[in-house]
Amino acid sequence: MSGFRFLRRDRRPALVLSDPAASRSLLAIVAILTFLAALAAAGAEMVAASSREWRAALAREATIQLRPQAGRDIEADLARAASLARAAAGVAEARILSRADAEALLEPWLGRGLDLASLPVPRLVSLRLSADPAPDLRALERRLAAEIPGAGLDDHGAWRARLSGVANTILGAAAALMLVILAASGLAVAFATRGAMAGSRDAVDVLQLVGATDRFVARVLALRFLALAAAAAAAGAAAAALSLPLLGWIAALASGARGSEDGVLFGTVSVGLRAYLLILCVAAAVAAIAGLVSAATAKRFLRELRAG
Amino acid sequence: MEQPVVAFDNVGLRYGQGPEILHDISFALEPGSFQFLTGPSGAGKTTLLRLILLSLRPSRGLVRLFGLEASGIAGQDLTAVRRRMGVVFQDFRLLDHLTTYENVALPLRVQEREEASYRAEVMELLAWVGLGERAHALPPVLSGGEKQRAAIARALIARPELILADEPTGNVDPALARRLLRLFLELNRLGTSVLIATHDLALMDQVDARRLVLSDGQLHRYD
Ligand SMILES: Nc1ncnc2c1ncn2[C@@H]1O[C@H](COP(=O)(O)OP(=O)(O)O)[C@@H](O)[C@H]1O
Ligand SMILES: [Mg+2]
Repeated sequence: MSGFRFLRRDRRPALVLSDPAASRSLLAIVAILTFLAALAAAGAEMVAASSREWRAALAREATIQLRPQAGRDIEADLARAASLARAAAGVAEARILSRADAEALLEPWLGRGLDLASLPVPRLVSLRLSADPAPDLRALERRLAAEIPGAGLDDHGAWRARLSGVANTILGAAAALMLVILAASGLAVAFATRGAMAGSRDAVDVLQLVGATDRFVARVLALRFLALAAAAAAAGAAAAALSLPLLGWIAALASGARGSEDGVLFGTVSVGLRAYLLILCVAAAVAAIAGLVSAATAKRFLRELRAG
Repeated sequence: MEQPVVAFDNVGLRYGQGPEILHDISFALEPGSFQFLTGPSGAGKTTLLRLILLSLRPSRGLVRLFGLEASGIAGQDLTAVRRRMGVVFQDFRLLDHLTTYENVALPLRVQEREEASYRAEVMELLAWVGLGERAHALPPVLSGGEKQRAAIARALIARPELILADEPTGNVDPALARRLLRLFLELNRLGTSVLIATHDLALMDQVDARRLVLSDGQLHRYD
């Protein structure tokens, strides 16, 4: 364990102080970048979680559509479709929507006040699916088509595919953003650390003159700036974690989910544990990058001091 | 015969492209010897000490330390050589954010020794140089004489083979100067080689010791 001695808590005061102005800019830059990266990651996770939820909700529903056919009793066909559906495996419930319900669904497209009585309004049977036994919608569709002319089954597959496409695009963008922000953090830490180390030049000189090895000095410097960067990353992550509920609230507003009914249909944009874990990971990644960068910077700084 | 602790052979030094400050300096410090390095202000005393410390490299000529040629000393060797020397800087070079105690303990701490192994030793030395009460004070609140003694204690704490002191009595009253000189003589009696740079004639007159005199960039010896 002797190799890890520096990890033990040393109660003695730090050997090098960092230049206060340069340290403040290091702290600010790292905290802000961590905040942005953490928000990007957590936001992406929230989108992914919502998309998962929405797709699951859509997968639990399907709709039978009956287009009115000349010479057929649509109410009888609806009843027949509903009973076929109830008999099928994996269908928990089949509910016939009344003509009034069907007209209400068309209202957003056709406008209010139009007399739909003369129009052949398609009628719907809404199905609630169970997970176990798994529904065989293709089989149900074949039976419906065989027995009832003009019947069709919509399993919302197109919607689900579109949702997952949008979610994946957002995830990809967030991942790219994260990489850019992490690279920027690395550079910022390198610059700020160099600035801050320049302020400890005299102390470094004294340490070397009283017999410190380059390795010792490099470690002292790197740990000093790693500690600063880690504190800044923690602050940025804490700020991100605190603003997550706000982000969730804005997302909920933007998605238009108001009442409980919409909540059921569209899921809720909720802040899950995974988002907070991701923020922790981002902070750890920033601190790790800061550690590597400040170690490399310290080595270079010492090499340059040696070279005069 | 034992090899010299320090040997200069026709050493010349210039800062950057400036004039040569030291010309053709040749001398040797024998193990266990005690000497003064003197000369007027600006003669190059501090510069010569920095050459011994390897914080300056000669523009020409050879510097040997503990039998090693200076131009070949780098990395771990440089650290090893520096650990055999203790230095009192003219401007002390104490770290202002560390207490007197921490400053004096610095040479031991950079050797990665546990604090428990040196705490008593450091406190004892601090008491000896009259800083026992000031162990937890920061350098900015110390008087010139107190800083001087802290700087000397830091140079001694790791029991070096060679002590270099640059004007170590420049900031203290004559009584304390005599006390500090006795400290250096005592260390010398125990086997440490000592080189004290000073322009204080009254101080040098108290000891019958060899004097290396710098003037016009040349070294004159009075043995
Ligand atoms: N870092 C430096 N760069 C340029 N010139 C210097 C430097 N340090 C000292 N000098 C010059 O070298 C000469 C000797 O200085 P120094 O060694 O400090 O003398 P002393 O210690 O005997 O007073 C002086 O003329 C001084 O101006
Ligand atoms: Mg001087």
